Amino acid sequence: MAGAFWCMVEDDRQGNPKKVMAEVLGEATRLVGQQGGQVEAVWLTDKATPDGLKALGELGAKRIWLFEGPVYAPYRGEVWTPVIAELAAKESPQAIFAPVTTRQRELMARLAARLGAGLSADSTGLALEDGKLVATRPVYAGKLLSKMTWAGAPWLATLRPNVFRPAEPQAGATAQVERPAATAPAESMKLIERREESATGLPELAEAEIVVSGGRGLKGPENFVILEDLAKVVGAAVGASRAAVDAGWRPHRFQIGQTGRTISPKLYMGFGISGAIQHLAGMRTSKVICAVNKDPEAPIFKIADYGIVGDLFEVAPLLAAEFKKLLEK
Amino acid sequence: MKILVMIKQVPDTATQVKIAADGRSIDTAGITWIVSPYDEFAVEEALRIKEKRGQGEVVAVSLGPDRVKEALRSCLAMGADRAIHLLDPAWEAADTLATARALAGVIKQEAPGLALFGRQAIDDDMGAVAAQVAELLGWPCASWIMEEAVDDGGKAVRVGRQVEGGLEVFELPLPAVVSAQKGLNEPRYPTLKGIMGAKKKEIKDVKAADLGISPEAPALSVVKLETLPPRPPGRIIPGEAAAAAKELVRSLREDAKAI
Repeated sequence: MAGAFWCMVEDDRQGNPKKVMAEVLGEATRLVGQQGGQVEAVWLTDKATPDGLKALGELGAKRIWLFEGPVYAPYRGEVWTPVIAELAAKESPQAIFAPVTTRQRELMARLAARLGAGLSADSTGLALEDGKLVATRPVYAGKLLSKMTWAGAPWLATLRPNVFRPAEPQAGATAQVERPAATAPAESMKLIERREESATGLPELAEAEIVVSGGRGLKGPENFVILEDLAKVVGAAVGASRAAVDAGWRPHRFQIGQTGRTISPKLYMGFGISGAIQHLAGMRTSKVICAVNKDPEAPIFKIADYGIVGDLFEVAPLLAAEFKKLLEK
Repeated sequence: MKILVMIKQVPDTATQVKIAADGRSIDTAGITWIVSPYDEFAVEEALRIKEKRGQGEVVAVSLGPDRVKEALRSCLAMGADRAIHLLDPAWEAADTLATARALAGVIKQEAPGLALFGRQAIDDDMGAVAAQVAELLGWPCASWIMEEAVDDGGKAVRVGRQVEGGLEVFELPLPAVVSAQKGLNEPRYPTLKGIMGAKKKEIKDVKAADLGISPEAPALSVVKLETLPPRPPGRIIPGEAAAAAKELVRSLREDAKAI
């Protein structure tokens, strides 16, 4: 409906919305409360499970626009964009939000071009001021914040994970499911293969609530096992600095920083990381930052909430043991 | 095959940035400018495609003020054959969409087989222009690619795009738009010969009117720039390792409620 706040659904490819959707739906619900309108989910997928649809309702979606079919997987911008744009032309939503993932970043950019609309990518704050949406985005390696606003609706934005307050699921709240007729355009991109990353058993870096990260101080790839042990205890993802990635100790997908992932966990723990600007750009919006480094002058201590000046090879296993004691209580 | 590489000139990461008097832009005095690192991966990949095929042309393209010539010159020094500079006061307030429209205009005129971008520029980190150009041109697009292979006939390109949890390998018919992720290659440094040779290569200025474009008002604009709110001062936990570890875990639980 006109004035609706749309939330693009990111799913786990098994028919369920990802955890980050609670944050996107929560933020949309908060803004709709001030602005009027309702929160609606838009889901393109080859498979939506009843549980997945139920979850979206419980998280605040009043209506779900569901496009379900094999043509929608894997994501291809050339297929998804016209389908969503056509619905947007009919429904005139006030806003379209999506979580920051690789495909949503591309999709939202294409959609903005197709609709002639503005897009605030990787937003860390949203606020209504005099009936206009104002987005906050970190710029210049996170050294400054940019406040941006739109010339007109729809307001398109992608939201950085772990920054916005997630919606509390309301048991029994349901969404009306609409399956609009759509003709997906012929695709030109052919999927040849999908190579899965080897499962680490740990959460995904971009979504993890706790991140343990290692740098040059680890001295070699074999020592990351120390951080993995700690990560297993607290359910953290393991990241790395550019120095560690460029040295070939970790694959690039684990890099945190300007030429890697931008993360915003509840708790970030850096080991043997000096805290170069490039690294800070990727983690400075973390809620609590702690650092363990031998060098008391390491720049990371300037932004850390807690620091231990010491040998990570000694401190990390001690921390793992202490966390274990705490969590077993 | 002709390849266009779109690049952006950005402040060096290590440069201090200060907010200008207008409150909405940065003070450019004293800034060291570089080619955005992801764009260097794109330039490198274009050069490798040309070298592998033994023929073709690599054209570097950028939109921005006079200083952008310097960034284009670095791409020429790396080995690009010529450059196009989108230089027009009408683009001064260009947002990502206006930039995408301008670049799509040039790409249409030049009609390359492949349009390469970096996955995002490291100044505003918007990361939207490549996909927007693809949408405006109606070309297939793969973002964040870590592998690339153009087929021998120059009719298609096979790319591996990074997604959460894996790598998806696609075949795209050409012409197509792709954006480079770190890991695609290791960009070369310009040689002295390259730097000398770059001085003789062409950088053509192109205005909005040359592309038949009249830039529209931005769809998204900066209201103001702000410095970061200060983080509360941190605490260095003293003592020997065992005691410090114990105290840190206690603080994270009881004071910070982070675990």
